Amino acid sequence: MDNKINFSQFFNIANIFSLIAVVGSILFLFFKGLNYGVDFKGGTLLEIRIENKSIQIQEIRSALQIPELGDVNVKQFGDAGDFLIKFEKNANENEKFITELKNIISKKINSAVNFRRVETVGPKVSSELLKQGVTAIALALGAMLFYIWIRFEWQFSIGSIIALIHDVVITLGIFSILSFEVNLSIVAAVLTIVGYSMNDTVVIFDRIRENLLKYSKLKTNEIADISVNETLSRTIITSLTTLLALFSIFILGGEILKGFSFAMILGVIIGTYSSIFVASPVLNFFKVTQKTLLKDDDI
Amino acid sequence: MLSFTKIKVLTIYIILFLSIFFASLNFKNNNLIDKKVNLGLDLQGGSYILLEIDTKPLINQKLQTKVIPIKKLLKENKINFKNFIISADNISLTIDKKKQNKFKSLFFRQEDNTVNNFISDYNKFELDLEFDRDKALINFSDFGLVSLNNAALKQSIEIIRRRIDDVGTKEPTILQRGDRRILVELPGIDNPERVKELLGKTAQLTFRLVSKDDGFGSEKLNTSEDGEELIVNKRVIISGDNLVDAQPQFDSQSNQPIVLFTLNRLGAQKFGRVTTKNIGRRLAIVLDNTVISAPQIREAIVGGTGTISGGFSFQESTDLALLLRSGALPAPINIVEERTVGPDLGKDSIDAGVFSLIVGFILVIIFMFIKYKIFGLVSNISLIANLFMMVGILTILEATLTLPGIAGIILTVGMAVDSNVLIYERIKEELKTEKSIIHAFDTGYNKAKITVIDANVTTLIAAVILFIFGSGPVKGFAVTLGIGIITTLFSAYFIARHLTSVIVLNDKEGKYFKL
Repeated sequence: MDNKINFSQFFNIANIFSLIAVVGSILFLFFKGLNYGVDFKGGTLLEIRIENKSIQIQEIRSALQIPELGDVNVKQFGDAGDFLIKFEKNANENEKFITELKNIISKKINSAVNFRRVETVGPKVSSELLKQGVTAIALALGAMLFYIWIRFEWQFSIGSIIALIHDVVITLGIFSILSFEVNLSIVAAVLTIVGYSMNDTVVIFDRIRENLLKYSKLKTNEIADISVNETLSRTIITSLTTLLALFSIFILGGEILKGFSFAMILGVIIGTYSSIFVASPVLNFFKVTQKTLLKDDDI
Repeated sequence: MLSFTKIKVLTIYIILFLSIFFASLNFKNNNLIDKKVNLGLDLQGGSYILLEIDTKPLINQKLQTKVIPIKKLLKENKINFKNFIISADNISLTIDKKKQNKFKSLFFRQEDNTVNNFISDYNKFELDLEFDRDKALINFSDFGLVSLNNAALKQSIEIIRRRIDDVGTKEPTILQRGDRRILVELPGIDNPERVKELLGKTAQLTFRLVSKDDGFGSEKLNTSEDGEELIVNKRVIISGDNLVDAQPQFDSQSNQPIVLFTLNRLGAQKFGRVTTKNIGRRLAIVLDNTVISAPQIREAIVGGTGTISGGFSFQESTDLALLLRSGALPAPINIVEERTVGPDLGKDSIDAGVFSLIVGFILVIIFMFIKYKIFGLVSNISLIANLFMMVGILTILEATLTLPGIAGIILTVGMAVDSNVLIYERIKEELKTEKSIIHAFDTGYNKAKITVIDANVTTLIAAVILFIFGSGPVKGFAVTLGIGIITTLFSAYFIARHLTSVIVLNDKEGKYFKL
């Protein structure tokens, strides 16, 4: 053990910090809400490329002042001339709509327009997708809870699940604060975060379990300290390699993967923090000792 | 154990070789084994269209067909009735209370029932009958609705398949999704708007006489040409069901695009009879409640062929002919979800995805080499092997690779080293207390095993749930993530461990042990 950091002395401060972050996130989620993409809100998304690269975003906005589209949102998407357009209208109510819209836009801005991507989701499907996403995340949390309960003791499983909920809530809270768009790929990211954070927590828990059996006289906090220190270099190295991969997607992987990789980067950082500062203190809270392990093993 | 038996080593090499072989299939053509990773619609471009059938009009339509049999049944059995009303989903009528039981027994008669079909397989009737004082209410039973729905869905899938085949799209996928949806996937399609127009049209064609007066038995319909309203007889002379063929052509005189249709024998007879009797009257050709043309009958048409002209463009006449050939959908169909990616965006996505994969990979490799020196090299070799195995398995399964799928591969690269890191860090700890170097490596591998498995199972759980709940591109992510976990375990515990053992066992002087 080269590095001996007394993590447990920060547990209280960290817990207060986490609590504030979680409550803050919940408040944001409750009052500001999430910026749902067409997957969950319904409507139409267009990714367009304009031949005349000097066309400014304001010109696209004014070209799209068509009342029947509803609320229109235009933003730059990658290179000059590439834009992402979202509006409330479901373009599939009329099969010719997209063709007509293309003509209107190219006439108004006086340049050829290429519709590179068109996504239209009806109101029924979008609410189903949202329900599916929430179910998937809830199910993943449940499955993790169950797995840890089988592999460890119930105290560990509560600790890990609190850490997971902490990660998911804060990640979504940050999405709410930044008004980052939430779509299907964000659900995938959140599920991967759940997997990753769990992975991190399991490594530390495994060591805590081992050390609980090794040192019978130490307090839970001391055991947690030793275990976190012993696994610390692994925790850092793995987070670093994963972040290296994620940053390369975020910077080089194209606009479509930006949201996904951003969510993952947040999740990896929060997940690493929570394994050390959220999951472990829960064990201390439940006063997990050698006895807990031995007693439950008998049952 | 650090030592490997010869058979184990051989197996590792065979698996590695097979992985490289299958992975390489993606880069060559004309192989004996025709296996490749499929590109998802988001990478090769194409359309994903989810359709939903609307059975409400169908219910009403089916109820209409019950009207005559019900009235006949009542009259034949001298049951008086009044206030016979058909609404959207039920028929109501007033029957004297004394006769109600008789009607009920006739209505639920198992044999020779012309009104209410008894489906013996399920022991259920198609229709339900309820009485409220002297009022009788007839509607579809739950079972009746389900069977109506299923039949309509099956027929719709068949017709949609014919329409899409007719357009000539390569490798379309048409699948039933749930109990009222149809999923259509059209890879590499040029003009999704045209296909959408073709899919959405019910294409209910009827030939009916134009009436002079707006009375009972006729209705006002819009015309497609000038939007004027035309009073058309409700009685259908022939419908699209009577057609055996339809082809786009040019009219020999006006050189306008027209559609030439051929009727079946029954249709030809009926058409001949009606046109003979009604020379001079106008005949309305109605498509989905819009009159496309209403020419005057100049002479009896007995040959069983005819033409439809309606000021079409050539494309329109081609599409109309296609729709008529493939038949009418039993119920209207709506597009509830559509995702179309153009081929150039797909290519950009592949380029960006692969580029970021390579960069991420190189960064991780450099990092691992700096951190663990020769054992970093071992880890890197197993990482490369891991990548080959992933692609190899994807190829064997002919799985679909999507853009999030590529992200899944990159993420696996980042996370795959975790197993090796866990093991090496463990060995480091062991080396502090253990004198025998070989022993330290051995215990390191063994002690880390449980942790490595626990850690990977949790990610696997997430991948499996994503696979079940995810759709389209997201499913592709779950696939690569899941496969990545399995290959990671293999590469850490077989490939990397084997290479480590070779180094440790051959290095008697212990110069590489500085981890």
